[in-house]
Amino acid sequence: MPLGAYIAVSAALFAIGIVTIITRRNVLYILMGTEMILNAANINFVAFNRFGSNGLDGRMFAIFTIILAAAEAAVALAIVLNFYYLFNSVKPSEADLLRE
Amino acid sequence: MLGMLEFNPELDFKLLLAVPLIPFFGYLLQISLRGRLPHGDKILTGGMFVVMCITVYMAAKAISAAHAGVPFLHHSEEAGMTHGWLYDVASQPSFKNLVIGVFYDPLGAAMLAVVGIVSFCVHLFSMGYMHGDKRYPIFFANISLFTFAMLGLVLSDNILFLFVFWEIMGLMSYLLIGHFSHDPSQKFFHSWATWASKKAFLTTRVGDVCLFIGIFIFYNGFQEFYATSAAAHAALPEFHPMRFTHMWEMAKLVVEANDGIYPTWMTVGGMFTIGGTVGKSAQFPLHIWLPDAMAGPTPVSAMIHAATMVAAGVFLLGRMFPLLSPDVLAAVTVFGSVTALFAATIGLTCYDLKAVLAYSTISQLGFMVAAVGLGSVEAGMFHMTTHAFFKACLFLAAGSVIHGCHHIQDMRVMGGIRKKMPITFACMLVCTMAIAGLPWFSGFFSKDAILLAAWGNLIEGEYFGGPPLLALICLSLGALFTSFYMFRLIFMTFFGEYRGDMEHHMYSAQLAAEGYEGPPPHGHDDDHGHDDHDDHGHDAHHGVHESPLVMTAALVIVAIFAIPGAAGLLNGWFTETVTVENMYGENVGAWVLAGTPVMEGTKEVLVGGLPMAIADHNSHEGHDAHKLALIVSSIVAFGGLIGAWFLYIKRRDLPGKLTAQFPLVYTGVRRKYFIDEIVDFTVLKPTVGFARFLRKVDENVIDGTVLLVGRIHKALGSISAWIDSTFVDGAVNAVGLVSQNLGAALRLFQTGRIQPYAAFAVGGGILTAAWLILS
Repeated sequence: MPLGAYIAVSAALFAIGIVTIITRRNVLYILMGTEMILNAANINFVAFNRFGSNGLDGRMFAIFTIILAAAEAAVALAIVLNFYYLFNSVKPSEADLLRE
Repeated sequence: MLGMLEFNPELDFKLLLAVPLIPFFGYLLQISLRGRLPHGDKILTGGMFVVMCITVYMAAKAISAAHAGVPFLHHSEEAGMTHGWLYDVASQPSFKNLVIGVFYDPLGAAMLAVVGIVSFCVHLFSMGYMHGDKRYPIFFANISLFTFAMLGLVLSDNILFLFVFWEIMGLMSYLLIGHFSHDPSQKFFHSWATWASKKAFLTTRVGDVCLFIGIFIFYNGFQEFYATSAAAHAALPEFHPMRFTHMWEMAKLVVEANDGIYPTWMTVGGMFTIGGTVGKSAQFPLHIWLPDAMAGPTPVSAMIHAATMVAAGVFLLGRMFPLLSPDVLAAVTVFGSVTALFAATIGLTCYDLKAVLAYSTISQLGFMVAAVGLGSVEAGMFHMTTHAFFKACLFLAAGSVIHGCHHIQDMRVMGGIRKKMPITFACMLVCTMAIAGLPWFSGFFSKDAILLAAWGNLIEGEYFGGPPLLALICLSLGALFTSFYMFRLIFMTFFGEYRGDMEHHMYSAQLAAEGYEGPPPHGHDDDHGHDDHDDHGHDAHHGVHESPLVMTAALVIVAIFAIPGAAGLLNGWFTETVTVENMYGENVGAWVLAGTPVMEGTKEVLVGGLPMAIADHNSHEGHDAHKLALIVSSIVAFGGLIGAWFLYIKRRDLPGKLTAQFPLVYTGVRRKYFIDEIVDFTVLKPTVGFARFLRKVDENVIDGTVLLVGRIHKALGSISAWIDSTFVDGAVNAVGLVSQNLGAALRLFQTGRIQPYAAFAVGGGILTAAWLILS
């Protein structure tokens, strides 16, 4: 399989993640969207490692990112929990305190 | 005894310094306590008594020194009592420094004694006369400061301080003449006093300005001369250009350096200096203030007419005599002679008791001034001394009459009051005889000396005529009229029958024609009730009464100096003490005598006193002048007396007929030669008109210009305000509006929600990427 196919999948995943973040009416989906974006990046790391260099750099980065995503998910869920406590809702459109 | 009469500089200058300071502190005390000093009148009068004692004691020293032939010119420098006005005396002995001190000389001694005695009598008299006045304490304070000014003037050793006291006196005369201007209850005086005080102040101010200019001219001239002359430096190692003694010396040196001729600047300076005398001593044409000065209380009139004010002008002539050139003296003679005659004629027609005395003062001052002009400065000063006593007495007696007649001054409603006021009558008669110049009364000696000077000038002068002839004619006629109007006053006031109660009498028609409305209200008596008038009791409002003891006592004291024996004594002392050599020192005195030829021939006569001269006048050569003077003065004195007796006792219908015969002459004299009207027309009206014109100029031109400038500024301001509000504010507003609108637009993007932000971020990233790829 050529590199372009990997990149296409990655781009599609990235696009889906973005659209999910922008359009979804639930904070949890936004978290999922972030995960998709991170994974799109992971695909790129792995793909470029496969076709580009001889070392294990790309794969190492991908693993690193997965660990990071796990940590991020934990933090993000905590944020979501607080979000829910604060607004009594999980809709991101309810949170417009940034305007103040 | 003789030791006591020797001049002791250490002690006596302290006593002399106390003389002006006693009334000054009296004034300060009275004013600072706002007149609440208990028995303030008695304290101030007591102070004046002390002053009188000191001045008389000091005068006795001067007389004894003259008798012993000791020079008597004392400056407080002898006792180390001088004060450097600008710098310390010791450190800066510069002729630019003004060193002031006390100067005591025979003339000052005589003058000081006169002022001391007369002022004390006036104070004493005022205690009775002014009693019950609303501003009684202030009156005493003012009259004390008035006395202080005159005493200071006499003791000043320099012309500048003489001028300072001269001005204080001008101020005090203003305040005292205007005494009733704060008392509306004195209806007769109230408005008149305000007007008269202003008139006196402003008229004398004309003379004062002249004097000040004269002082400057002499100061400047002497300084310039001293700077270049070695002789002056030799004669006066230390020169104070304002000091009298140095001015006399310097005048001598200047004239000697100029070949015995007075330089022009001295004549000019002298002319300005006598301007001061003309103003202060009420000489024609500045005499107009003095008759109106009687708007003040009568004791003030006595003060002004006798001891202070008018005497200061003549005293100034005495002090400045060596500085006056022959031309100035000729002018002085003319001024004095014309005034003497002119005022005497007005005195003939006055009906106001005090007005007669006021014009008589002007006339007598004319005599004194003319005497100085004729070169007989001693005669002038002697007449000033005798006049001070008898005129003080006459005014105080007039005040006593006015007080007794309940503040009526018009002689036409008096008459026959000699029996009711015997002491007043006796004093007034004695002084009338003195002023008329009846033999052996005080005025006889002094007036005779003046006429003698005129005769002497004519006979021993270069030619028969000129100012001395004018002086002789005017003064002889003036003396005749003086005698006439003074006895007219006596006969109208004290003889005949009392006209105050009569419905119709010889003057009724005349009084009615002048709008006379009976006696003024008795405000003065009503104020204090009858408590103080126990001696005349309940008839105070009905009849004429003698004045209280303090007033008659004062009268008697000053009258003493007019009676024959005392007058002869006074004459002897004065002629021996106040001679030219004694007055100006031997050096200057000899020079002054040499310059006035008349003095040579007549001096010996004057020295012995006139009674002696009358006894032995045949045994001396060159005494024709004296014989003539004696004959003339006796004729005019008795002529006036007999004339007055004939017209006002014997043939009382004659004055009316005479005035009807010459209505034009009578009206002219009665209206005082229209001098007031002329002054009003030539000086006051143009001045007031010019002031009005200036006011118009001020209101229209000056104010108009200011307003125009204001309007221009206002217009410019409104333009700049428009520019400011339109453009500057517009620009600021535009900036604000743009920011506001932009902000409003940008607000739309600030939703606060993260999803649109993310959309913007992604959109922006896509657009950036698209731009990077496509370009």
